[in-house]
This record gives sequence, structure tokens and C-alpha cells, in this order.
Amino acid sequence: MKKLLVLSFLWCACALAEAPSTVAIHNAKIVPVSGPVIAKGTVILKNGLIEAVGENVAVPPDAWVVDGEGMTVYPGLIDGLSTVGIPGAAPAAAGGRGRGAAQTAAPTAQAAPAERSWGPEDRPQTTSWLLAADELQAGDKRVETVRGGGITTAVTFPTRGIFAGQGSVIDLVSGEKSAEMVLVPSVGQYISMGAGRGFGGGGGGGFPSSLMGIISYVRQLYLDANHYKLVKDAYAKDPRGMQRPEYDRALEGLMASPRFLLPANQVIEIDRMLRFGAELKTISPVEQHLILYGAREAYRPEAAELLKKANVPVLLSIHWPTPPARTADSEDSNETLRTLIERDKAANAPAVLQKAGVKFAFYSDGAESPRDFQRAVKKAIDAGLSREDALRALTLSPAEIYGIADRVGSIEKGKIANIVVTKGEIFDDRTQIVMVFVDGKKYIPEAPPAGGRGGPATDEPGAGVNQ
Amino acid sequence: MKKFLLGTLLALAPLCADTIVIQNATVMTEGPKGIFKGSVVVKDGKIVDLGEKVMVPAGATVIEAGGQYLIPGIIDCHSHIAGSGGINEGSVSVSSMVDIKDIINPDDIAIYRALAGGVTTANILHGSANSIGGQTLPLKMRWGKSAQELIFVGATPGIKFALGENPKRAGNPQGGRGAVGAIQVGRYPATRMGVEDVIREAFNDAKAYKVEWDAYDAKVAKGEHPIPPRKDLKLQALKEVLENKRYVHVHCYRADEILMMIRAADDNGFKVRTFQHVLEGYKVAKEIAEHGAGASTFSDWWAYKVEAIDAIPFNAALMTKKGVVVSLNSDDAELMRHLNTEAGKAMKYGGMNETEALAMVTINPAKQLGIDKTVGSIEVGKDADLALYDGFPMSDFAKVQKVWIDGTQYFDRDKEVAAQAAKDAEKQQLLDKEKTTQRQPSTRRPQ
Repeated sequence: MKKLLVLSFLWCACALAEAPSTVAIHNAKIVPVSGPVIAKGTVILKNGLIEAVGENVAVPPDAWVVDGEGMTVYPGLIDGLSTVGIPGAAPAAAGGRGRGAAQTAAPTAQAAPAERSWGPEDRPQTTSWLLAADELQAGDKRVETVRGGGITTAVTFPTRGIFAGQGSVIDLVSGEKSAEMVLVPSVGQYISMGAGRGFGGGGGGGFPSSLMGIISYVRQLYLDANHYKLVKDAYAKDPRGMQRPEYDRALEGLMASPRFLLPANQVIEIDRMLRFGAELKTISPVEQHLILYGAREAYRPEAAELLKKANVPVLLSIHWPTPPARTADSEDSNETLRTLIERDKAANAPAVLQKAGVKFAFYSDGAESPRDFQRAVKKAIDAGLSREDALRALTLSPAEIYGIADRVGSIEKGKIANIVVTKGEIFDDRTQIVMVFVDGKKYIPEAPPAGGRGGPATDEPGAGVNQ
Repeated sequence: MKKFLLGTLLALAPLCADTIVIQNATVMTEGPKGIFKGSVVVKDGKIVDLGEKVMVPAGATVIEAGGQYLIPGIIDCHSHIAGSGGINEGSVSVSSMVDIKDIINPDDIAIYRALAGGVTTANILHGSANSIGGQTLPLKMRWGKSAQELIFVGATPGIKFALGENPKRAGNPQGGRGAVGAIQVGRYPATRMGVEDVIREAFNDAKAYKVEWDAYDAKVAKGEHPIPPRKDLKLQALKEVLENKRYVHVHCYRADEILMMIRAADDNGFKVRTFQHVLEGYKVAKEIAEHGAGASTFSDWWAYKVEAIDAIPFNAALMTKKGVVVSLNSDDAELMRHLNTEAGKAMKYGGMNETEALAMVTINPAKQLGIDKTVGSIEVGKDADLALYDGFPMSDFAKVQKVWIDGTQYFDRDKEVAAQAAKDAEKQQLLDKEKTTQRQPSTRRPQ
């Protein structure tokens, strides 16, 4: 009786998320990702954690039982690069300069700078100290939308500027306090390389106004961090007789980042950023892992080869390029053969990377409404990626890339109770996502409107991050 | 036995490709051998023999030139192709912290087009928006290779300076009178004297920076472990200029500012490697020659801006007569494709002979870039950077047939023409495919 009371109390307190302390999903097909598929088994969730999983797991008497007959249980999906949870998230910083994209990418980080920058010393477009976790707002509408596609966890980043700030891993719970969402406050620094301007650039934009300017600025900031650390350490050792080093939050923020993300879409950009990233790692005063994001041209074997050789993981945008709207009059396309090939082959990228043995994870890049998201992943599967590998690119792989595989990314005892329950194979067109558990809290996604689209799509990986 | 033979052939195959004999060509060497009819032998990317009669090495690939003209690959001393994301960091008056090397774009189709115009090496310069621009370097037009593989190994890197209208124009407030919207903050300088001041101030800073680093290096040499000074990319590049490790290429027009630049360089202890454009160079050719600078100019382009009003097509010839090493450059992806005819113009304006004229797009720019030990002429031991024309190479009607860089063929006109149809077909096929996929009804979720 007492238990019943507690249960009903919880029901009242939380209309959206139901949180019985123990849940058993019984007689369901279980895809743990970390191990073989269990044709018929049980998952027990308790106090927000996975208590047990297996074929012969006893259902505790106090559990709230979900009859899993005909259902499949997957680990919660992880969006490897997002801005979800950050309200009014910034106009996106474009990931690299894809062909023709820079001009169309709407307001970039360059728009309306607070003050004109005259050089690296002004720390232009730098908010490296910003922490996504501090910017989160409980009740962000996008949390619910994204979760509807089975995404329980997102690595969310501030994306405004060159050194935009530090990303945080968050669980997509709809709670009262944003702090409840945070899994890891700082997992890496988001660096963007928005487009340059044309001749002159003497106007309000300030330094840097070209790609080479941005690259030189990034390099200078790393050099400054290196020097800053040397001076700071010397001062800490013996401050007497030494002028104290001036506090620099831009450098502090950079040094607090365990990883750094560089944008790269084309093969030449992947080549460029792998080299640049390796150079920055040698300059950096702290150990930092490099991650590339975008990878639009990763369908080309040269890209996979470069990434494999460098052993650098990639966040792959699933926002596959689409043809521009054509009218009857514009039948004759002025697009280059290369652009056409890119569009034709873009969705092959994950299969190519998989085959080459490159570690990659998907990110929604604006395709975050459940329907867009499902279609985008399905497209990669249709282009040759196995279902298992597609699932891994949204679960264990991103968890490994961000060093959180000990708590999320698979259905294993002791991990966080992030679970997706479906009717049908996940990513299939007709599959229904029945319920989603985040931190053990149950959410029933709204049925998406048929054919409905989410935010406006952009053609530039990174550019859709905030849509 | 047959299998054995086949195996040997396969094993030999790459070796064969490494040795080429271009025979029965009219060779304009731009070197000591002058012009002759005969052959050039290439092995492992280098020219190993040339003459009217040569030994054809066993297994060599023989290319029958049929009397066509073989010249050294053309070198463009002033180009802005093959860069990503802008070639002007125009936001500041001194942008020596930026480097073209960071943004090499091997996908730029202009590389292939330049190649089709006989160009094998180009000096990729930062733009002219600021008094002191970014770091530069020569590239070889190895179309299809990666960014790093385009870099001209062993060439001294450069830096771009700019005088006159461009750097001071960029200093004017954007918008100006009657502009819509907010007038944005301008950038110093707005006058020619301001340009000079920016250059001199920058070198004052660079010299102080150098003193700081030299002191540090001296301490390290003595075995001490001091904290190094802050590395400043902007001043680092200028320190390299002071140490003669980086060439200065100065965009300029007027005679007075050319003299100003020479004085500023002398006062600060560095040399100008080349004056670029230098349209009034003929007025101060003696001073340019005395300073030891080269001059890289246009053939007959003038009056496209006020400071180009005193230009004359005899500029190249007159400067040459005063002892200046002169080259003709493109500064433009289109012009770059016919530098051969730019050289030809010097035969009309100034009465240069064909060797002197062709030198201005081959050996002379090589000298200016300090790469004449390896390229710029057809000589034994030099890189096999060669262009084959179907007629006298400085004629408007001559077409490039084949181009080699380091003995590897990067352009073949016949193959290119032949491949067009297949490319068109592939494009059409992809367009058709997109149309059919678009027509398919979208699968809808059952209601």
C-alpha cells in the first residue's frame, strides 16, 4: 500500500517523466551493443542505473514491469555534437569551408563582433572558458524533440566564435534543474573556422578575416598557452622577485579542455586539419586529444586512409547534402561533376570509414527531428553501413571518443539507465519508438506528424548544429 | 618461361617510366646549350642528358616530339591561386603572422589550367591589402597531389609587402560618404607616408624581438635554462627577414615608393628580393639593380588604376638593360595560362631576342625565387620540369601538348580532350539519377 502511494506521488510530481525506482523490461529482444543480441531477455533499471540484463534475470517484486513482447531494447542514442539544451543556441559556426558554402552560411561567428579586433592579443571570437553545462536551461523544447528520435544523451557545445567553448555531455531529461542533465561538464573545446572575407577586410570585422588568419590565430593562442604555463609554473614555484603573470581566461579555458574539435569536410581539409591538429598537440601545454568534425568527403577512400593513419576519431555529420531546388527552366545544372559525385556518394562515408577501421560517431547536425534523424541514418544503412555499425556510431563509439564508455553507450550492468524501446528495428522507416528511458526516467515520445520535418536543413556540417 | 618473362616485364615497368627520352624536339634550353634540335633524357625526375645526339637508355620511354618546341616549365613569380579561404588577411596593417602554407588548396582547378598553359612553378603570394602581408611560398603545379606535395622543397619562403593604393585604400573607413549603415572603424594607414611608417615601426618591433630571442638563445647555448620569450608569429616572420631566411616580395608601382622601400630596407638591414608590378621601375632601374632586387612586372598592362598611369610596355626591356633580373608575372589565374605570349610581347616592345624574352618566364623568375639551381632551364642535373608546345612557344597560336614536373607527366592535351566525353557522360548520368530519385514517391508512415 505504501509503495502504491509513493508511486502515485511520483506520478503527480512528474507528469512528463515517470520515475518508478525499479523498472523491468521483460521478454524483449535486447541489443546491448557491447555484446551479442539477446533474443529474449530482461533489463532491470533501478535508481537510474542498469541493475541487470540477461536472458534469465528475475523480475524484482517491486518492479514496474514493461511487457517487452515484440519490442526491442537498445541503449540510448548519443548525438556526438549538438547544441541541444543551450537556449537560443547561437548561429552556427560553419564547419570548415565547403565548396560554395561559406557564402551561404547565414550569420557566422564573424557577425557583429562586440569590438573590432586588431590581432591575436585581443583574443578575437574567443570564449574558450564557456562551459556548455553552465549555459544549459532546463525545459529547452529541443530536448523533447531530440529525445523523440531515441537520443538520450548529447554532447552539447557552445558554438559561437573560433574558440567557442567547452562541450558537456548531458542526459536529455526534462527536469527542474539543468544541473541534473550534466554527465561530464567539460569534454573538449569546439574550434570553428568560419569563412574569411574578401579583399581589404579593413572594416568592422577585424582580425582574423581569412582562413589563414584564423589558423594563425589558433596557432598563436596555443603558443601563448604554452608560454603562459611555463611562466605560471615558474611563478608558482618561486614568486619572489618575479613579476606575476597576468591571468588570461582565454588560455585557462583552452587548457581546461581535454579534447579539441577541428572542422574538416573536404579531403584537403581533413589533410590540413590532421596536420594542424598534430602541430597543436605538440604545442599544447596540456594533453589534448584531437577530434575532427564534419567529414563530408569521407566517402573518398583517401580521407579514410588519412584518418586511419593519423588514428584520429571523426564526428560525421549525417546531414547528407541534397540537390538544390530545380525548376523546369534550370534543368541544365551548372554544378560541377565533383559536386554531383559528392551528393551521390556522401552517405557512403560511414561504410567507407567503417571498412577502413576509422573510429567515427554520428552527429545530427540539424537533422534532429525524429523523422529527419531516422531517415538520415537509414540512408547510411542503405548505402552499405551495417545496422550494427550504424547503432554503434550512435552509442558506444561516441562514448569511447569522449571517454564516457564506462557509464553510457551500451546496455551493461552498472551503466546509466539510458534505454530506447522500439517496435521494429531501430532506424527503420516504420519503426515506432515506444518509450525512452533517460537516467531511468521514462518518456513516451509523441508520434511524429507524418512526413513532418524538423528545423531547416543546411548543407554545411556544423551549420545545422543549432537549427 | 612465359610466366617468367611476364614477371620480368612487370618488375621493369616502373623503372621504364622513370626514364624518358623526348626526341626530335626543338629545345629552347635557356641554359648554356642555347637552342638546338635534338633530345632530352630524363631519369628519376632529373635531366640527365641533352643534345643533338643522345644515348637512349635501355627500357626508356621514347616520346617523339616531331619537331615540336620543348621549353623549361614556365615559372610565375606572382600568383594567387591554390589557396583556401581568402588570400588577404586585410584586417590589420601587418599580417605577417599568416601563412599561405597553411591554406594550400591542391583542388583548385586553376592549378590544372596553369599546367595546361605550361606553368610548372608559381610563387603563391598573399594579397596586397596591407603594408606587410602574409608569408608566401613557391609551389609546383603537381595536380592531383596533396597540399604538402605541392610545396617546392628547398625554396626559401617569402613574405609579401605592399605599397601605394592598395594598403592605404584598405585603410579607409569602409562605406565612406553616403554609405548605408554604420561606418566601420578604419585601419591605419590611409596615406603612402603611413605605409612607410607601418613598415619601419614593424621592423623596430622585430629588431627588439630579435634582441630578446638572441639573448635567450645565447643563454641556452651556455647551458642555462631560462624561460623563453613569448613566441610572436607576426614578429617571428620579420625576424626571419632580418636573418635573411625569408625573401621580401614588394608590391609597388611608383618610382618614389620604390626608392622609399629601398631606403627602408637599407636602414633596417634587409634586402628586397623582388619588386612586384614595379611599373615605374624603368625610372629607377639603376637603383633597383644596385640594391640587388629583381623586378617582376607585367608585359603591357597599364592605366587600370591611377598609380599605373605611367606604365610603359618597354619597362621589362629597359630594366633588363640596366642590369635588373626581370620576370613577367600573371597575378591572375587566367593570364597565368598564357605567360608564354606575355614573354613574346617583350620581343616587340624592347627588341629582346627569343631567348631573352623566354627567360623572363623561366630562368629569371627562378633566379628571383632562388630556385635557379634546380629549375628554370633545361640543363643536366636540373629538375625535369618541361613543357612541349606544338609551335614556336611565344606565338599566340602555340598550344601546350605535354607538361612534365620532376619527369612525371601532369598534362597531356590529347588525353585531356579524349577524356572530356566520358566526364560529360558521367555528369549526365548523375543528373539523371538525381531526377529519377526525386520523382520517386516518398514512403509515408501509415496513419
